Amino acid sequence: MLNRQGRPTTPGVAAQSEHPTFTGNKALSQIEPLIFETGRLETTGVDYEAPRPFTSRLGGLERQSEIGLPGLSEPEAMRHYVRLSQKNYGIDTGLFPLGSCTMKHNPRLNEKIARMPGFSDVHPLQPVSTIQGALEVMHTLSHWLMELTGMDAVALSPKAGAHGELCGMMAIKAAIAAKGESATRNVVLVPDSAHGTNPATAALIHFIVKPVPVREDGTVDPAVVASLAGPDTAAIMLTNPNTCGLFEKDVVAIADAIHAAGGYFYADGANFNAIVGKARPGDLGVDAMHINLHKTFSTPHGGGGPGAGPVVLSELLAPFAPVPFVRHTEVGFELVESEADAANHGAHAFGRMTAFHGQMGMYVRALSYMLSHGADGLRQASEDAVLNANYVRACLADLMSLPFGNRPCMHEVLFDDAWLKDTGVTTLDFAKAMIDEGYHPMTVYFPLVVHGAMLIEPTESESRASLDLFIATLRDLAMSVKRGETERFTGAPYHAPVRRMDETRAARNPILKYTPPQAALEAAE
Amino acid sequence: MRYLPLTSEDRSGMLAKIGVDQIDALFADIPSNKLLKHLPKLPLHKGELEVERLMGRMSARSVAASSVPFFVGAGAYKHHIPATVDHLIQRSEFLTSYTPYQPEIAQGTLQYLFEFQTQVAALTGMDVANASMYDGSTGCGEAVLMAHRITKRNKAILSGGLHPHYADVVQTLSDMAQAECVTLPPDVVASEDILSQIDNTVSCVVVQTPDFFGNLRDLRAIADKCHANGALLIAVFTEVMSLGLITPPGEMGADIVVGEGQSIGNALNFGGPYVGLFATKSQYVRQMPGRLCGETVDADGTRGFVLTLSTREQHIRRDKATSNICTNSGLCTLAFTIHMSLLGQAGLKRVAEINHANAVKLVDQLSAIKGVSVLNQSFFNEFAVRLPGDAAHIVEQLASRHVMAGVPVSRLLPHAGLDDVVLVANTEVNSDEDRQAFVDALKEVLSC
Amino acid sequence: MGDTKYTKDHEYIRMDGDVAIVGISDYAQSQLGDVVFVELPKLGKTLAKGDEAAVVESVKAASEVYAPVSGEVAEINSALEAQPGAINEDPEGSGWFMKVKLSDPSELAGLMSEADYKAYLASIH
Repeated sequence: MLNRQGRPTTPGVAAQSEHPTFTGNKALSQIEPLIFETGRLETTGVDYEAPRPFTSRLGGLERQSEIGLPGLSEPEAMRHYVRLSQKNYGIDTGLFPLGSCTMKHNPRLNEKIARMPGFSDVHPLQPVSTIQGALEVMHTLSHWLMELTGMDAVALSPKAGAHGELCGMMAIKAAIAAKGESATRNVVLVPDSAHGTNPATAALIHFIVKPVPVREDGTVDPAVVASLAGPDTAAIMLTNPNTCGLFEKDVVAIADAIHAAGGYFYADGANFNAIVGKARPGDLGVDAMHINLHKTFSTPHGGGGPGAGPVVLSELLAPFAPVPFVRHTEVGFELVESEADAANHGAHAFGRMTAFHGQMGMYVRALSYMLSHGADGLRQASEDAVLNANYVRACLADLMSLPFGNRPCMHEVLFDDAWLKDTGVTTLDFAKAMIDEGYHPMTVYFPLVVHGAMLIEPTESESRASLDLFIATLRDLAMSVKRGETERFTGAPYHAPVRRMDETRAARNPILKYTPPQAALEAAE
Repeated sequence: MRYLPLTSEDRSGMLAKIGVDQIDALFADIPSNKLLKHLPKLPLHKGELEVERLMGRMSARSVAASSVPFFVGAGAYKHHIPATVDHLIQRSEFLTSYTPYQPEIAQGTLQYLFEFQTQVAALTGMDVANASMYDGSTGCGEAVLMAHRITKRNKAILSGGLHPHYADVVQTLSDMAQAECVTLPPDVVASEDILSQIDNTVSCVVVQTPDFFGNLRDLRAIADKCHANGALLIAVFTEVMSLGLITPPGEMGADIVVGEGQSIGNALNFGGPYVGLFATKSQYVRQMPGRLCGETVDADGTRGFVLTLSTREQHIRRDKATSNICTNSGLCTLAFTIHMSLLGQAGLKRVAEINHANAVKLVDQLSAIKGVSVLNQSFFNEFAVRLPGDAAHIVEQLASRHVMAGVPVSRLLPHAGLDDVVLVANTEVNSDEDRQAFVDALKEVLSC
Repeated sequence: MGDTKYTKDHEYIRMDGDVAIVGISDYAQSQLGDVVFVELPKLGKTLAKGDEAAVVESVKAASEVYAPVSGEVAEINSALEAQPGAINEDPEGSGWFMKVKLSDPSELAGLMSEADYKAYLASIH
C-alpha cells in the first residue's frame, strides 16, 4: 500500500515574539538539574556481585554514617554529562582567542596514543625493567625540549606552569644556598606585566618581590633592571614574549644586567609558542624556564587542567634539578628517584616536586605533537601564530586602540579600552557581546599594565577564512559601539545558555556544595 | 602540515595586508644574531601513521598492568573504570574548553565542578572542598602551608605512616619556605607515639589513613590533642576508594583532609595526571588554595555557577595569594565526578567491600606461605608483607614470571631497614586466578 | 564633626570627638566594584602610619587599606562583615572601617583636604 498521507513541507505561520516552552528547555538547549536532585541513594550505574561473607579487618574503623551521595544508572549519567557538555564552549566549537592561554587545536591522534596500554596502563612503581617504554618517552621528550630551547637539562615532573615556576625558582634558591648567599640574596624582580603566578611563586618560597615598572613601549628597560639589581638580587622573572604580546627586545641586556649582579634569569615560558624554532631561550641568557605543555605543545586544557610544566635549566642550575629524572645507560633507561641516588650521579637535587614522575599522560601527548610537526612544522606553527595575530591587529587597528602603537606583535595582540571611553560600554560588555556572536571572548583585564585590556591570541589553528569572519564580527561590534547601541553590550549575552551571572552574590554568600532542601531549611533555622 | 590551515597564498596575502614583505619582519624584535638561521636539529614532520607506529613501539616496551596479575599500589591503584567515563571526558566541549572564566559559556564545567565539590565534601565528611589540586602529594604540601597561615606557626609534624613521596614534597616545600618539618621514622605497624610530639608550637600534624603501609588509623585522639594545643590535624589518604568503607577523616576531627582521587575515574597513567582532593571546615575556606565553584543566579534569576572567592588567588592577589596555583586537574576531576555519579554511595560501598574482601583473601593466602608474614593488624586493600629475603629482588623475579607483586618498601625508603618488606595492593580487578598465580609464583621464587 | 582628609591611597579620615573615623573614599569603592568581603584589624591593635590596616575585596579585585595616621584601633565596624555592600552604598557614612585613637594628631596636617583630593583625582585621570 502506498503512503497517501502527505504532510506540510513548508514553514507554517510563525509569530515573531518569544515562545516560552513548558519545560523551559529550548530545543537543544536543555536545563539540567544537579545529579543530587535526580539521583537516588540506592541506585548505582555499576554492577558488582557482593563478596561472599568474610570477617573484615578494618580495626573497628568501619564507616558508621551514610555517605549521602546518590547514584545514576548508566543512561542517566550519559545524558546528564552530555547535556552539561553542550553548555560549554571549546576550541572545537569555534575560534577561542584567549590571549596568553594558547587555545590551539588538540589533535585526537595524541588522545589515541595517550591511551595506549604501555602509557596509560602502567604503574609508576612497577619494576624499572617493565617500564622501559615509558622512560623512553620521558627521555625523548627531554631531548626535544632541550634542543628547542638550547638548554642543558630538564626537570619534567612539575604538574603545571605555576608548579614549573616554583620548581625553577627552587633550583635558583638551591643554587644561591650552595654559594652560601641565602641570607643576603633574596629579592626577585618581577615586571608589572607579569602573570600573577610569578610574584605568587616567588613569595611562596620567601623571596621578596620587587616590581619592575614597564616602560612606555610595553617592554622592560634594561637600565631600570640594572638600577634595581644588586647584591641582594636572586633573580628576575621575565615573560618573553611578554604578556603585552611583545618580544622583550632588550632581553640580552636584561640577562647581562642580572648576571652582572650575580642573579639568575628565570623566564616564564608561557608564550614560548611564539618563538619555537625561531629563537632559543638558552641563547638569550635564560637560566631556567618552564614550558606549558598544555599551551605550546597542545595538550588539551580540559576545562582547566591537567597541565604540565617541565622546566629547562642552564648548565649552572642543572645539578639542582629535583628528583626523579631519567638516565640513559648502556643497559637501558634508569630512573633516579632519591636525592641520595642523585648524589651518586654528581647531582645536588633540591628535593621532590610531586609524588611519582609527573604528568606522563601529558608527556605522551606533547611528544606525539612534536613528532607530528617535526622541526619544520613547529617553526611553521610559530610563524603562523604570529602571522595570524598580526593580521588581526592590522585589520582592527583603525577601530580599536593599541596601547603601544600599531607595531608588529608576536602571537597575540593587545588592545586597551581607550576607544571605549565615554561609550557606556566596558571591556567586559564587549567581551560578553562576542559570546552572542558565537565566539569565546579574548582575555580581558589582563595584563594589568593596560587599562581594560583585551588580549587576542588567534593561534596558528585558524584559517584565513575563519580570521576574516572573526575580524568582520569585531568590526561590526566596534561600529555598533560607536553608533551608541549600548544595549547590545550591557545586557549581553542574550543567547548563551544562561544570562550574565551575578558574581557578587556568589562571593558575598558562598554556596560551595549542594545541600538538600530540607537540610538547607534546618541549617537556616 | 595537517594541523596548519594557512596556505602559502594565504600567508603572502596576509603579509601584504599587514604591510611587510616577509615573515621575519614580524620577528624583528628578536636580536638578529639570535634569530635562528637553521631548523633545530630534530626530525621533520611525520604523518599520523608514522607517529602512531613510533609511539606504539615505545608503548610496547612497557608491561601493561592489565596484561599480568597486578598487585602494585603504594599511592596509585589499578581499578576498573566504566567505559562511559572515558567516552564522556573526550567530548570536545569538555576536552577542549578552558578554565571557566566566562561562566555563561562554561556552565558544563562549572556544574560538574560544583558536583565534584559536593561529592568530595561528602566522602571526606568535611564542610567544603575545592575544585581539585594537581594530585594528592602537592595538595598535601599546600595543606601544610595553609595550616601555617591559619595558626601563624610554622612547624609541621609528619607521621611515619605518610607516603614517603608526600613527606618529601612537604619537606622540600618547607625547606624552601623556611618552615620546620619533623618527619617521624617509618612506622610499619602504626605504633608511633605522635601525641607526644604535639605542643603549642606545632602548626599541624599530618597523618595518613589508610597509611603508606596499609594500616587504618584512628585519628580522634590526635585531633583532640591538636585542638587542645591550637594545632590543626591534616588527614591524608592515597586510596579514596577506602572512604566507601571506613570512617571518614571529617568524623574523626580532621581540620583539613587531602588525598589522591586517582582511584575513582582515572587510569594509572604512570603516575599522572591525577587529581588531588582537598577539603576543610567552613571557617577556613578563605585560607584554602585552589579554585572554588559557587552557586549563584543569572540576570534572569536562573540558577547557575561561577568561580568564586577568587581574591584568594594569584591572578588577583599576586604575591599575597594563598597559593601560586593556577591550573587544576579539570578533566581528571570530570572523570572522578562521572565515575562517582555512576557508583553512587551504593556502588562505592560495594566496590570498597570487594576490595577489602579480596585483600583479606590474599592476606590469608600469603600468610600461609612459610617464611612470609603480613605485618598489618588492620588494612583496607593494601598491606605490608615481610618476605624471607630482599623484597626488591623477589619482586623482580616475580616480574620475570609475569606477576607484578607490589612495591618493595626500599624503593621509596632506601635506608629504613625495611629491605624485606613489600607493599601488596589488591583491588576489585584481581581475580581468584590472579591471587593463585601470585601465591604459586612466590612459592616458586622462594624455593629457588 | 571635623573636616575629612584623604590619602593618595584613597583612604579618608575624619575626626569624631577624640577618635578618627577611617574608611575608603567614594572613588576607591567605585574602582573596586561591588565589595564582597572585608578583613578588619583587631580591636586595640596599634598601627603606625602606612601600616596595612584592613583588606577590602570585590569579586575581581583586592586592596589593602593603609592606616592614614598612627594610633590604636578603638572601634571596628563589624556590621561590614555581614553587609559589605555598605562600603559601596555609603562609603563615608555607614561604610566606615574603623575608629582610631591618634597617637600623633600632627600627622593629619600632612593629608589632603577634600579640594586637594579632588584635584589629585583629576590629575591621575
